[in-house]
Amino acid sequence: MRRSMLFLPGNTPNMLINGSHLGSDALIFDLEDAVSPAEKDSARILVRNTLKYMDLVGCETIVRINSIDTDYWKKDLDAIIPQKPNLIMLPKTNFAQDAKTADEYITEVEQRCGMEVGTVKLMPLIETALGVENSFAIATSCKRVAAIFLGAEDLTADLRCKRTKGGAEINYARTRLVMAARAANIDVYDTPFTDVNDDEGIRIDAEYAKALGFTGKASISPRHVDVINEVFSPTMQEIDYAYEVMEAIRIAKEQGRGVISLRNKMIDAPIVARAEQTIAMARELGIRRD
Amino acid sequence: MSDIIKRASAGTMESSDAYVEISPADKGLEISLDSVVQQQFGEAIEKVVLEVLTDCGVQNAKVNVIDKGALDCVIRARVETAVMRGRGE
Amino acid sequence: MKDSKVIKNIAEAVALSGLKSGMTVSFHHHLRNGDYVLNMVMEQIANAGIKDLTVNASSLFDIHAPIIDHIKNGVVTTIQTDYMSAKIGKAISSGVMQNPVQFRTHGGRPGDIESGKTPIDVAFIAAPSADCMGNCSGKIGKSACGSLGYAYPDAMNAKKVIVITDNLAPYPLLGWSISETYVDHVVVVDEIGDINGIVSGTTKITRDPVGLVMAQRAAQVIKNSGLLKDGFSFQTGAGGASLAAAKFLKDIMLKENIKGSFGLGGITGYMVDMLEAGCFEALLDVQCFDLKAVESIRNNPRHCEISASHYASPYAPSAVVDSLDVVILGATEVDTDFNVNVHTNSNGYIMGGSGGHSDTAAGAKLAMIIAPLFRARLPIVTDRVNTISTPGRDIDVLVTQAGIAVNPKNAELAARLKDAGLPVVDIHELKEIAERTTGKPQPIAKGDRAVANVIYRDGTIIDTIYNVPNAGGIL
Repeated sequence: MRRSMLFLPGNTPNMLINGSHLGSDALIFDLEDAVSPAEKDSARILVRNTLKYMDLVGCETIVRINSIDTDYWKKDLDAIIPQKPNLIMLPKTNFAQDAKTADEYITEVEQRCGMEVGTVKLMPLIETALGVENSFAIATSCKRVAAIFLGAEDLTADLRCKRTKGGAEINYARTRLVMAARAANIDVYDTPFTDVNDDEGIRIDAEYAKALGFTGKASISPRHVDVINEVFSPTMQEIDYAYEVMEAIRIAKEQGRGVISLRNKMIDAPIVARAEQTIAMARELGIRRD
Repeated sequence: MSDIIKRASAGTMESSDAYVEISPADKGLEISLDSVVQQQFGEAIEKVVLEVLTDCGVQNAKVNVIDKGALDCVIRARVETAVMRGRGE
Repeated sequence: MKDSKVIKNIAEAVALSGLKSGMTVSFHHHLRNGDYVLNMVMEQIANAGIKDLTVNASSLFDIHAPIIDHIKNGVVTTIQTDYMSAKIGKAISSGVMQNPVQFRTHGGRPGDIESGKTPIDVAFIAAPSADCMGNCSGKIGKSACGSLGYAYPDAMNAKKVIVITDNLAPYPLLGWSISETYVDHVVVVDEIGDINGIVSGTTKITRDPVGLVMAQRAAQVIKNSGLLKDGFSFQTGAGGASLAAAKFLKDIMLKENIKGSFGLGGITGYMVDMLEAGCFEALLDVQCFDLKAVESIRNNPRHCEISASHYASPYAPSAVVDSLDVVILGATEVDTDFNVNVHTNSNGYIMGGSGGHSDTAAGAKLAMIIAPLFRARLPIVTDRVNTISTPGRDIDVLVTQAGIAVNPKNAELAARLKDAGLPVVDIHELKEIAERTTGKPQPIAKGDRAVANVIYRDGTIIDTIYNVPNAGGIL
């Protein structure tokens, strides 16, 4: 379950060591934009050690490495892959080939370390017009890609438009990415909401992202994590409905009926799949009704 | 393993971080520590610093650590970074 | 008939007061780290050759560091106070004074003054405004500090009372806090304090992510405590996380349309915001922390000054703390029995004091501590605090970023919080989580000479603070 993903600057010990207590489902240790070129080496070692020695209970770990057009990305992977983070976030993914390039090198490091190939998943960060247009190809570029992530700040710069709270300028990119990810049967994550002090704005933005079909949302501020978790968790009504669906199926099976209806609506395979997902998530959240 | 060839530093003086300075030396390892938690963790920190230096194969160096309450994993990272920089890597 | 009580200067006031060696003088701390009065008075007392004094000050701040020399010179031989910041604390912990400091609480101090246990010979009242007969107020004047709550018991019980002001107002000064009936002399000086040290321009909520997480949790604990309903009363400290908790609490109260009865304490702009937003009917104010609070107490009749006794005296038939629902407090250490230390730092040096900590903890239905799991590398939860400031029996809950520990004596609260889905954990588990992260700290060196006694609000000595031998560490 990955509703929220919190960015932590890679060279700030105080943030790294407290990261797991900030309520986020996943932590993104950032070696890219949050780290100046002169500190790339120290951040890399610090993040590696954080993964190695810290007890990050209950948090998935994601490392944003530097993009493949830099001198850093291979060194980043050399240091990070052996620590088995859940995901590598690859910034500025423009083409399927970019993801393949990273995939090949990750495979090389995994083999070198005696790890099972494919242990560490890949999450391309799509933050250019080119990347958005190639999103389905990127999403299906290799088996390692488990999710894609929209980065709106760089994207709007590339689009030469202003980033607004309403987000009309990224609407196309959002729906395009959701479509690509769902077609590829992988997860898709929404860009952070950048006004740290706008408690109402983050809720509206997160609810909108959920409505579009995003799996979850990243955040640059711990203050946004609770709202994101809340928005991307199933509501009690959704959970109740999911249990009703499962119960209707059980009864129908008992009675040997093929067609099942609930509240005058036909229950078909997608509704069942949805109900199963909802119940699984509710269980993970500790909400049990069985 | 090459030796420390130049003075180098890593880390910051911010809370929960450590600032580590390393410089070339002739005979053995000389570690000095100034920590906000000297009484509670002074010995543990010196041990960790020595361990990282040994693991990195550093035989001769002067190391000065100013600790602002960093955890072991942070101190380890800062010492290792200082060593790499001191070797010109 | 008297035309005026205004006399020439502080030296004359000292002479007229009849102060002699071995007596007791008192001060209040509304001017906080901007206070000039204590130093000016002590200098004149020293010049007059008076020795062996007891100084009873409601709090001592770094600006009062010259008192260290008066201690060394034998002018001051005993200190009674409720709080002592790090600079003087370090000197005391190093053993500069023979007699142990007597630490009381903000409620215990007025209680002992009124009962005659700690009589005052001469009280010096720092007054941002006064008239020539001694009616005085903290609400107006260039050094306005708002409430003068802690000065009431001194003014009402000292044998002689000297008002020191930098704003002599025409008689009668209306809206006085302390009336002329208690005042013997008035001294006018250029400045009673530095406004930058008296009140902060604004007190700000924390931006520290861990502080915000704790604050959010704290607000959730209050929400689910069963106490947050119409008539709710609340006090919070001025620490960043506590203020953030107040802000989150305000959001909840407004959203759920809860009309509280009163906010208490040292008052900040955040509490004023809550009053103005309709969260409370009144603010009861023993001390103002920022300019917004000062402005509010001056202009808003619902923002009311109270005396230290009214605030917290354990000997009064009742005090406001007895009617308090929830208080949020800080801690430098909490032990697994929920005892709290706010007196000494991690190296054993004095750097604080109870203030109203144990009074509000004893009075409130829910006494909550907010503290991070560790500061730098030092775990907050320990087997035994270095100094017991507030006994664990008065603490209900500890909120950290890694979980909420409820005192086993309050099983009902634990059940409520668990039902609400909040992360309730055993306090021993918090200690283990912290130590897994930081490593287990070595114990600090403790001297064998008592440098201070912690006197609980009922008069019993609940702990003794010992000198710090040459620790070698950094303060």
